[in-house]
Amino acid sequence: MSDADERAFVEALQSGDDAAYEKLVREHSGRMLAVARRFLREEDDARDAVQEAFVSAFRAIGNFEGGARISTWLHRIVVNAALMKLRTRRRKPEESIDELLPHWKDDGHPEATPGPWSPERLLDRDQLRSLVAGGIDRLPDSYREVILLRDIEELDTAEAAEMLGISTNAVKTRLHRARQALRETLDPALREDA
Amino acid sequence: MLTCREFADFIMAYLDGDLPEAQREAFQEHIGICPPCVHYLDSYKETIRLGCLCRDGEGPPPEDAPEALVEAILAARRKG
Ligand SMILES: [Zn+2]
Repeated sequence: MSDADERAFVEALQSGDDAAYEKLVREHSGRMLAVARRFLREEDDARDAVQEAFVSAFRAIGNFEGGARISTWLHRIVVNAALMKLRTRRRKPEESIDELLPHWKDDGHPEATPGPWSPERLLDRDQLRSLVAGGIDRLPDSYREVILLRDIEELDTAEAAEMLGISTNAVKTRLHRARQALRETLDPALREDA
Repeated sequence: MLTCREFADFIMAYLDGDLPEAQREAFQEHIGICPPCVHYLDSYKETIRLGCLCRDGEGPPPEDAPEALVEAILAARRKG
């Protein structure tokens, strides 16, 4: 959609045009459901999050300003709805991430010596994608949500901090640990000598 | 001299350009003398790159949402 088309489309939504609403839902719900499924393990929860996101969007459309694209705006809304839903599904107490982090000797050397990786030689794209998705799924939720927000959904540190209600430093610390833990879980499958 | 453990702790700050000059130099010095940490750094960067494969636009385009969901959303709007 060109900028002019998108402006006209937003005006149609803001004036309550039913056809525009149907187009909005049909065009964006598939992508939004894919986002929600990354955060939520249960299909029903993912669908609920998408529905709740649209309800929030319908309420807020009057305040939508031309600065952002509708797709970007809806993306933020569904990420937020998925996080809210995840909060209600948290396993308590959350398991520790320590087991998934690298282990160190007292002198600061690693217990297991890192070696080179050859992902593309060992696995095809679909295999890599499902390996990574499985690895992210193994992370405790408070780490999983940070790596999803920053590395997959491409929010910046400040946006992620605001959505999670934590400091930017906490986002950075969790992201680093989440990446380290994910690296450990991918390592056995991606080592050149695997 | 950095230990390998400290090197690992500093990776994200190094990649983000957030390390103070002295620590950045120590980090780069460690790269020059410790091949296992170079492998660790490379695989950390690969982990970030591979995460991108899970993004929309990288894989097959997302399927349409189920019709029942679309209808439920439109019905929720009509209810207001
Ligand atoms: Zn080292």
